[in-house]
Amino acid sequence: MHEWALAEGVVSTAVKIARAEGLSEITEVVVKIGELQQVVHDVLNFALEQLRKPMMKDARFVLETIPARLRCRVCGEEWRFSPEELSEEVSEAIHFVPEVAHVYIKCPGCGSPDFEVVEGRGVILASIKGVKKDE
Amino acid sequence: MSDPRLEIIGKRLEKVGRIIAVSSGKGGVGKSVVASTLALILKKEGHEVGLLDLDFTSPATHVILGIGDLYPEEEYGIIPPLAHGLRYMSITYYSLDKPAPLRGADVSDAIIEILAITRWGELDYLVIDMPPGIGDATLDVLRLVRGINFLVVTTPSRVAFQTVKKLLTLLDELGIPVMGVVENMVMEPSSPIREQVRQLGQHYLGAVSYDAGLEGALGDVEKIMDTAFADSVKVIAYEIEQRLKRPPT
Repeated sequence: MHEWALAEGVVSTAVKIARAEGLSEITEVVVKIGELQQVVHDVLNFALEQLRKPMMKDARFVLETIPARLRCRVCGEEWRFSPEELSEEVSEAIHFVPEVAHVYIKCPGCGSPDFEVVEGRGVILASIKGVKKDE
Repeated sequence: MSDPRLEIIGKRLEKVGRIIAVSSGKGGVGKSVVASTLALILKKEGHEVGLLDLDFTSPATHVILGIGDLYPEEEYGIIPPLAHGLRYMSITYYSLDKPAPLRGADVSDAIIEILAITRWGELDYLVIDMPPGIGDATLDVLRLVRGINFLVVTTPSRVAFQTVKKLLTLLDELGIPVMGVVENMVMEPSSPIREQVRQLGQHYLGAVSYDAGLEGALGDVEKIMDTAFADSVKVIAYEIEQRLKRPPT
């Protein structure tokens, strides 16, 4: 996913959750990022800095990468996603729409494109910490 | 635990006037050609128009429109390039027109991704070429896209219309606005579809006669616009515009 779009989503979601939880200030936002997305942390951090809202002015953004593991639905083979083996063009395509991994990656055991991403796809706002309004 | 992508989809579409989802009960009824031609006609009438191909496993609009070497620009997200005046978005930019064997959950994720990263800007109309049927992709669009209007395409075939009935029933039950039904590839003047659509409480938008010259025009936008098929879609486009101008009842 594009880092700026992701940063926009993280900021909007954090504000929404903070409001729902009655927080007046956000102090920490933890984002777990699937490796398949190939998000560049520096770019995401920069985008978050640019987009941060007043209620998160001192918040710490914690970015964690979840390694991508793939499992073939046909033969059961499991393997690690290796972005370094992909061409730049393919890498960029998977970065923008990770599901196109099924176009370019095949099971190393049987050659099938029918695999599942067991772990390491998607981006999750895992937790936020903050200060309650009356504290 | 929240998916941050969901929060920005509404924002991506906030400057889009009307969203028209061109759908069908089954494949092979001409849905993608209707969607592409409708988008071209709306553009020709002076509107700002986007076309989004969400039929990921069988994308076709890039073939219909003869899309060449286009690639989206990256700027705080993805800006769909102009193709024949349309802001055009398709998974084929990333799949390079190779087979994309996606299961339902993958289709859902790819739809969320594309809706979250695509910056349409200001549009009068966004035409979506939907995947056929009432599977994951249709349910996701219903879940994620607010203010959508359906245009349902069928043929005179009983088989096609049976599947359309299911789609129309679902949309009716969910309270989703349906602008009407287009009967495509009509070969005989006395089709019973018009009456059957009326019995379902839906609007019959019009018949599009089978046009033997259409296949040869595909891939060339000027030729498509010169077909009898396009003339029929123009009449339907005019009615759609009139219907969308009316306040919702």
